[in-house]
Amino acid sequence: MNEAPNMKIDLCGLELDNPIIPASGTFGYGYEFAELYDINILGSFSFKGTTFEPRFGNPTPRIAECPGGMLNSIGLQNPGVHAVIENELPKLKKCFAKKVIANVGGFSVEEYAKTAQLLDECEQVGLIEVNISCPNVHNGGMSFGTSCEAAAEVTRAVKRATTKPVFMKLSPNAADIAAIAKACEDAGADGISMINTLLGMRIDPKTRKPVMANKMGGYSGPGVFPVALRMVYQVYEKVGIPIIGMGGISSAKDVIEMMLAGATAVQIGAANLTEPFICRDIINELPYTMRKYGINDLKEIIGGAHNG
Amino acid sequence: MKQSVFTIESNDRIAENTFRMALTGDTSAFTRPGQFANIKLDGFYLRRPISVCDYNANGLILIYKTVGEGTEYMSQLLPGGKLDLLTGLGNGFDTALSGENPLLIAGGGGVPPMVKLAKTLIAEGKKVTAVIGFNKASEVYCEDALKKLGVNVFVTTADGSYGVKGFVTDVMKSLDYSFFYTCGPLPMYRAIRKTVRTEGQYSFEERMGCGFGACMGCSIKTRSGAKRICKDGPVFDSAEIIWEEPKK
Ligand SMILES: Cc1cc2nc3c(=O)[nH]c(=O)nc-3n(C[C@H](O)[C@H](O)[C@H](O)COP(=O)(O)OP(=O)(O)OC[C@H]3O[C@@H](n4cnc5c(N)ncnc54)[C@H](O)[C@@H]3O)c2cc1C
Ligand SMILES: Cc1cc2nc3c(=O)[nH]c(=O)nc-3n(C[C@H](O)[C@H](O)[C@H](O)COP(=O)(O)O)c2cc1C
Ligand code: FES
Repeated sequence: MNEAPNMKIDLCGLELDNPIIPASGTFGYGYEFAELYDINILGSFSFKGTTFEPRFGNPTPRIAECPGGMLNSIGLQNPGVHAVIENELPKLKKCFAKKVIANVGGFSVEEYAKTAQLLDECEQVGLIEVNISCPNVHNGGMSFGTSCEAAAEVTRAVKRATTKPVFMKLSPNAADIAAIAKACEDAGADGISMINTLLGMRIDPKTRKPVMANKMGGYSGPGVFPVALRMVYQVYEKVGIPIIGMGGISSAKDVIEMMLAGATAVQIGAANLTEPFICRDIINELPYTMRKYGINDLKEIIGGAHNG
Repeated sequence: MKQSVFTIESNDRIAENTFRMALTGDTSAFTRPGQFANIKLDGFYLRRPISVCDYNANGLILIYKTVGEGTEYMSQLLPGGKLDLLTGLGNGFDTALSGENPLLIAGGGGVPPMVKLAKTLIAEGKKVTAVIGFNKASEVYCEDALKKLGVNVFVTTADGSYGVKGFVTDVMKSLDYSFFYTCGPLPMYRAIRKTVRTEGQYSFEERMGCGFGACMGCSIKTRSGAKRICKDGPVFDSAEIIWEEPKK
């Protein structure tokens, strides 16, 4: 009865000590945080969205604030997949012994596949997470994540390029996110990551201009939690593959809610930026919160809110 | 970087829209002048970056201008209150580059970090001159603090209501110096760049998501590639900087 609660979960054959995973774009390539705490306590982490070519990203200001969180328009700044494999992964290996989640961005179906193929050869990469919120340059800039056909096409191309589990990371800006999730599952996806940021903007009344140079940006943080939770709940009813849930998670209680909605694991994004020790704190707090809600084995609550 | 809770000792208005806050707490993460703290404020999601004006083993001084809701809120905090700070952020100024008689140039909100910088340079036996620029007399601060350290201080105001009428560059022209350090707005940097005769270091500002290198919110292009203002900066060598023309 007084045994330590079990936080272990299984993600397509990847055994995680706990379901806590820092989200892509808020944890760099890991070593900034390794200076703060031993990041080996994490379940895993998802590294900065990586594209085939290096990218500087959007002009600054790239950040704006709102009461429930923040907006960002980083524009996928990254050194390109070759530099990630040559420089970042070896550096990461020195401070992180576990498997990492490789987050892949792209602007064409071929680019996603080429990048995934290179990452397929990295032994450190446990699974590939495909960010389909990016605009498709061959289709008037429409995001891959808002069309079932485009999402399925990327899924098929990435699946052909790698033998590692492929998680499709969905955009909440789609009209029917559950339909996109189903299209990805039917195209062979091993799992779903959700949600990416919601498109938003801020205007400075003094200058009468948008705050961010790119005008619009992605909204995330605690304000999006109820939306993310509802979407995970809906997608869980539509698909049979595991879901990594994220969007506004900032406490151990949020983690439990997200898992009850249907998530097998969770990611934490914006909260890392304002509270750099948040993932460590949630991991420490989780056993107590589990006890409080009478949970002995965390994986048993996955989708628990759907029963009855 | 460290995260720790500080206690407010005092928080006073020292000039128009300008406040000085003294805090006690763990300052061990600060290693150089020109570094900054990122401050959590109740009711605001993102932290606010403020340069450390001065620090010792027991506490630090922040000087800030009230420009928006966050700094407005800060100005109302009372002694005895607590603040959660990320400390020791950024690279800071490199005093090893200064030569014998460095020049400090600062405008408006860029003056605070010059205090600890001057203190450090003087402790290293250097002869320090400072030119600090403001819009008008009611905005002038830090003049006495710098003079007390033994700095040769020139003050300029754009409207001539105090000190020399004009801009920092009007005074700089007639000065001799071995190196310069500057902190202030971009238009001031563009003018300085055309006036200076030595190498120097510039401190940059940008809206920040994290302040410690994790989000890529504050990137800047330099001659050695993309850098993060919060982690690789905020201080950059003059030779590194790519000057872009102002956007219309
Ligand atoms: C490294 C660094 C050091 C700084 N040192 C000082 C200092 O010593 N004294 C001082 O008065 N000010 C300093 N600033 C500027 C200070 O951070 C802003 O004035 C402050 O964040 C404004 O917050 P606000 O809520 O009042 O304004 P709002 O406009 O309401 O803020 C909205 C958002 O924009 C950001 N923001 C607004 N203006 C700036 C700006 N100029 N730079 C960066 N972010 C901004 C805020 O942090 C916040 O996230 C520094 C900035 C940086 C990056
Ligand atoms: C600064 C920042 C950068 C991000 N960059 C990426 C990225 O490169 N790739 C990606 O798939 N998601 C990216 N995201 C989205 C997050 O991974 C996450 O899906 C989203 O922020 C929701 O979680 P949160 O509310 O906990 O932040 C980024 C988010 C932020 C705040
Ligand atoms: S503010 Fe996040 S990297 Fe600089």
